[in-house]
Amino acid sequence: MKNCVGFLLLLISGCLLVACSQSPETSVSNGQSSDSDIEDALLEEEVDTHLNILYWQEPTTLNPFLSSGTKDIEAASMILEPLANFDMNAKMVPTLALEIPTRENGGINEEYTSITWKLKPDVVWSDGTAFTADDVVFTWEYCTHEEFGCFSSNYFTDVVNVIALDPHTVRIDFARVTPHPYGPFVGSLVPIIQKEQFKDCLGMRAQGCNEQNFGPIGTGPFKAEEFRANDVVHYVANELYREKGKPFFRSATMKAGGDATSAARAVLETGEFDYAWNLQVEPEILEDMTKAGKGRILFGYGSQVERIIVNLTNVDSALGPDRRSQYLDGSNPHPFLSEFVVRKALSLAIDRSILVETGYGDGGVPTCNVVVLPPEYASDANDECKVQDIDEANRILDEAGWVRGRDGIREKDGTRLSILYQTSTNSVRQGNQAFIKQMWEQIGVETELRNIDGSVFFGGDAASPDTYQKFFADVQMYTSNFDGDDPTQYLRGWRCSEIPDPDKAWAGSNIPRACSEEYDNLVEKLSSVADREERAEIIKSLNDMVVQNYWEIPLVHRARVSAAANSLKGVELNGWDSELWDVENWHR
Amino acid sequence: MLKYVSRRLLFAIPTLIAISFILFALLDLAPSDPTGQLPLTIPDEVRQEIRDSLGLDEPFHIRYLKWMEQFFINEPLNLIDKLLDPNDTSPSSRVRVLSWQQRSPVVDLIVERLPQTMWVVGLSYVVGILIALPIGIVSAYKQYSWFDQIGTFVSMLGFSVPTFFTGILAITIFSVSLSWLPMVYDTTHKVDDLSSLWFQIKQMAMPVLVLAFYNAAQLSRFMRASILENLNLDYVRTARAKGLKDRAILVGHILRNSMIPVVTMIALGVPTIFGGAIVTEQIFRVNGLGALLIDGIQAADIPLVQTLTFLFAVLIVLFNLVADVLYGILDPRIRYS
Repeated sequence: MKNCVGFLLLLISGCLLVACSQSPETSVSNGQSSDSDIEDALLEEEVDTHLNILYWQEPTTLNPFLSSGTKDIEAASMILEPLANFDMNAKMVPTLALEIPTRENGGINEEYTSITWKLKPDVVWSDGTAFTADDVVFTWEYCTHEEFGCFSSNYFTDVVNVIALDPHTVRIDFARVTPHPYGPFVGSLVPIIQKEQFKDCLGMRAQGCNEQNFGPIGTGPFKAEEFRANDVVHYVANELYREKGKPFFRSATMKAGGDATSAARAVLETGEFDYAWNLQVEPEILEDMTKAGKGRILFGYGSQVERIIVNLTNVDSALGPDRRSQYLDGSNPHPFLSEFVVRKALSLAIDRSILVETGYGDGGVPTCNVVVLPPEYASDANDECKVQDIDEANRILDEAGWVRGRDGIREKDGTRLSILYQTSTNSVRQGNQAFIKQMWEQIGVETELRNIDGSVFFGGDAASPDTYQKFFADVQMYTSNFDGDDPTQYLRGWRCSEIPDPDKAWAGSNIPRACSEEYDNLVEKLSSVADREERAEIIKSLNDMVVQNYWEIPLVHRARVSAAANSLKGVELNGWDSELWDVENWHR
Repeated sequence: MLKYVSRRLLFAIPTLIAISFILFALLDLAPSDPTGQLPLTIPDEVRQEIRDSLGLDEPFHIRYLKWMEQFFINEPLNLIDKLLDPNDTSPSSRVRVLSWQQRSPVVDLIVERLPQTMWVVGLSYVVGILIALPIGIVSAYKQYSWFDQIGTFVSMLGFSVPTFFTGILAITIFSVSLSWLPMVYDTTHKVDDLSSLWFQIKQMAMPVLVLAFYNAAQLSRFMRASILENLNLDYVRTARAKGLKDRAILVGHILRNSMIPVVTMIALGVPTIFGGAIVTEQIFRVNGLGALLIDGIQAADIPLVQTLTFLFAVLIVLFNLVADVLYGILDPRIRYS
């Protein structure tokens, strides 16, 4: 009996010990209540000058070149700055540069093979040393080191040299004619890092440079005080920031974790946070939350378009790994999606406004283009798709000889219009899938739905059958966009040479496996034309070729959706750059 | 006893090596990819370069052996170095297990995350036990009384309602409607005076109670069943016949006998503390080990997931042993030879 009581006592005292181990620190402040009023006052002021940001995806590093996703880029964009940023309208604004180089001011040479940036004088890093052209040159060397695996190295593909002409002038030379030479060092994806800090972190050594990667020295409005990977970043204002009196907040916290819905709740319902990022949640849920009156929802339109991609090659699972979903010079066409009429009917049958209403609310508009912004590049030749036309879809299918079978599904020569439709797992996407399935039912098309976890679907594992690039399905849906204001690289993605196949480990961005010589020639032309108006014409006709051939069926022009507390002023959501690109202007 | 323990520990080594191999193979076969979270605008050549820089271009067995070397040789040596000379901050030349997301040592990440998990999940386990044992004892002793009925109802509720529901319910009531408690856990909060302690208690209240409710529900049912089993045994009747008081029989005889399976249960549950309560940590953004594991899985961070899951395996093997040893201490009839 004694033993037993002793055991219980041990158990309980053990528990108490754990529970009490925090108290010794706290007993110190007993009897200091007279100070507490002052402390409270201080605390209140602190709260006012402190910015609380919530990112539900976790920043894993503050070095954007080692990033594993957008969240890292944005977390770093409060510290590191590029030469120029994009504003809300995709217009470049100088950040570390004095002005945007153009042909007119002599910043771009006559052959369009080099660009010369003038840097702002008197900019200093947050450690007090001067920011010079050497740092820009170093950033290029750092990112293009062959052992490194730099996130942004595609910005430097055509760059042959970056030269510091003097401490405040830097010239970038390109290997070929580059009519739009604003890739390198423009936008938050390619900011400038400090040479002094990173000089021992080149190549493979970048991996071990924790101190640097978790606390880069920058020229931006904030500097990192504490970084806990995947959890929290504490920032303090950079007192050496070049704009006097800014940032308005003295400190900031970026907390991470959880999911989008609860992130929205923390801003809109409880008011614990000032800003929450990337809230792809059904609009009615967000609407409901704003009724608490604590915050508002922000939208920022960029180039993101949610679309259905049509597979033009045969994906029959009986085909085996050497033929399935492969182009093979056009010898392996899809049994019915290779037929123009079927693709057109699929597009006609979709009521895009229902998709927007249920899945996006004010965060989306129906679209018929794959290039939607900037406005000068948006084609207006395809607008009729915004209206659903079931009758017309049925009519053209009838005409083409697709007749309804006994179960209402159309058939021709033994081929049934039966579609496997895949996308990533996400409640908005699954909702839209269900709607589209119903719409296609009305034109006699049978649809099987499938969803795949995003990390598998968008991951490029060549051994997985479920990636968007392998595309072992008839149609699939996701959002794609282009970085910056220039869609050249994006449009080059539909060239014949970009078709994924096993020889290239399924790499390539021509996901519909479309191949047109006309398209290839025109897109080559775009890479050499410098005249802005002529470029716009070419871009529009390339866009029209993609959508009028129904290689891809655009659905919704999506906005970025974030939430801000009502007390937070000066926030406008930027769809083209980091959402925190102008955090120095945020205030209460 | 010592012989028994050492034999069991020796047996554990091949088991653990087999586990580590299976884990590594499973993770390698899993179709996720470390570049899966990159924006679609990043071209494939860049993705391939990133994969190569992570060492993914090497064959499976080389990567496994490298991980073995880093984990079983380099990490312990590093730890010893640190213990011998805590002031030495110079980076060691040994290659450590590096996370693919952070490019920093996995063990450091785990050490950084451990306090949150221990505080929130560990405390909830303790609170759960403290609630469960008395409820289990009383409801067994007074079987079918109103206390037992209510206890049964509440523990069935705790049993069947998942923490992701109770967690969100608690947030809607206490954070959204009443605004008493914060819904986001501040992991960097430091306790140095009464008001900060109060804040710490407030922010821990919801995750701890939600988890404790769940743990207590299971344990109290187990405690109750175990006592009920003993109540009708012969030795209890003998004790009654001797004229012992009810309380003495319960505390002196029944409790000790019925604690044996319960203690085993408690010991076996300890590794789950380290595993973190994955869902609960996500809901309240406690960002402990559970959240770290989920991040790692989503980002296909194989070194991180491999190391974490392997450590869990070690703990499970270890606490199985602890449970067996406790068994022997509590029950003199069991002797290991």
